[in-house]
Amino acid sequence: MAKITYIENNGKSHTVEVVEGLTVMEGAVQNNIPGIDADCGGGMACATCHVYVKDEWFDKINKKSEGEDDMIDQAYEPKKNSRLSCQIQVSPEVDGLEVHLPVKQV
Amino acid sequence: MIKTDALIVGAGPTGLFTAHQLKLIGLDCEIVDNLDKIGGQCIELYPDKPIYDIPAIPECTGEELTENLLNQLKPFNIKFHLSERVDELKQDKNKWRVKTNKGTEFETPNVIIAGGVGSFEPRKFSPIECEKFENKTILYSIKDKKIFYGKTVSIFGGGDSALDWALELSEKSKVNLIHRRDEFRAAQATVDKVKELSNAGKINLIVNSQLKTVNGNGKLEEIEVENDNKETKKLKSDYALGFFGLIMQLGPIANWGLNLDKKTIEVDTEKFETNQKGIYAVGDICNYPGKLKLILSGFHEGALAARACFKLARPNEKYKFEFTTSSKTIKNRLGVKSD
Repeated sequence: MAKITYIENNGKSHTVEVVEGLTVMEGAVQNNIPGIDADCGGGMACATCHVYVKDEWFDKINKKSEGEDDMIDQAYEPKKNSRLSCQIQVSPEVDGLEVHLPVKQV
Repeated sequence: MIKTDALIVGAGPTGLFTAHQLKLIGLDCEIVDNLDKIGGQCIELYPDKPIYDIPAIPECTGEELTENLLNQLKPFNIKFHLSERVDELKQDKNKWRVKTNKGTEFETPNVIIAGGVGSFEPRKFSPIECEKFENKTILYSIKDKKIFYGKTVSIFGGGDSALDWALELSEKSKVNLIHRRDEFRAAQATVDKVKELSNAGKINLIVNSQLKTVNGNGKLEEIEVENDNKETKKLKSDYALGFFGLIMQLGPIANWGLNLDKKTIEVDTEKFETNQKGIYAVGDICNYPGKLKLILSGFHEGALAARACFKLARPNEKYKFEFTTSSKTIKNRLGVKSD
């Protein structure tokens, strides 16, 4: 289990325990966290599970998947620290991870 | 006014197989889709990605699956209305009157929504000021390239659409090409050509930058871009074009009085009917306890919804279950010889 905190654009914060082996996107969907749409269900075929990861965490989580940046090009307001949460693996190393959600996904 | 036994909204795999099931039991149907091509998410999102869980097909791509489904529909003459989005759905006694954004009208007792996650729409620029120029001097697709001749055009994006248009328009327009990073997802040959033209001063390539705001009185006059270091740059521009790919929006479906759960439509598992009689939802867009978002589930849901349509389309006839292996009637419909 790892604690993951999802912070909505309006500042509202949700901290949940996510089982190892899931992705940060799945943690959000299973806990009904608003602001992660995940339209394609984790296939990296859309960009609706887009999150921002602050510098202190950005280098600790697993690196971007091949093609992830191509999808982020199509996200709403992508930034340097954008990630697709379906590509971030939950492991004991990411216990305490905070991700920030964009204004909207679509 | 087109009269049909059933109207299918969505030409993805579920919509296509549902059409097959309707025709097999002797009902007419027509299909509307907002995309300009058949295949839905399979063709738009993953045409080259292999799928491994279609029963009896160990491996096929989204494009192959679509081709196979169309082959299966060959015996039947099905009318597709592509690049049209269903906007209105109104009840008229025991029929539904359906209208698309292009003005096509249908009258039918059955509407089957096989709309996936909604209709594909272009991803738009995020600065709110862009809205007032939209469809005039800020565009997300090109219908007539001649309007750009002799003008300054700012193209945003890093994929094939953005780069192909930058190359093409650079012959007769002044082109700014802006992308949020310095890597492109377009074909390598296209990227090389863009870099060549950029070095030759024929394309003004601006990387690691995004649109910050736009200015203009009535029509676009100037755009402001910001780079990763928060430095801004103003560029004179007559047009701005955004090519950020397509996103899926539920769109007008949300206004049809159906019971929704987030972006899905609640249905029963006998007929896959919604809370409105004669309106069904199948495939990824429907929701019921235990729902799996798999293509194979969509096929099952479509088969059952098609049987439910029979009752409303042929109220005076009784539906008789038949197998394709043995039914003479079905073989006639398929145009194959019976034994």
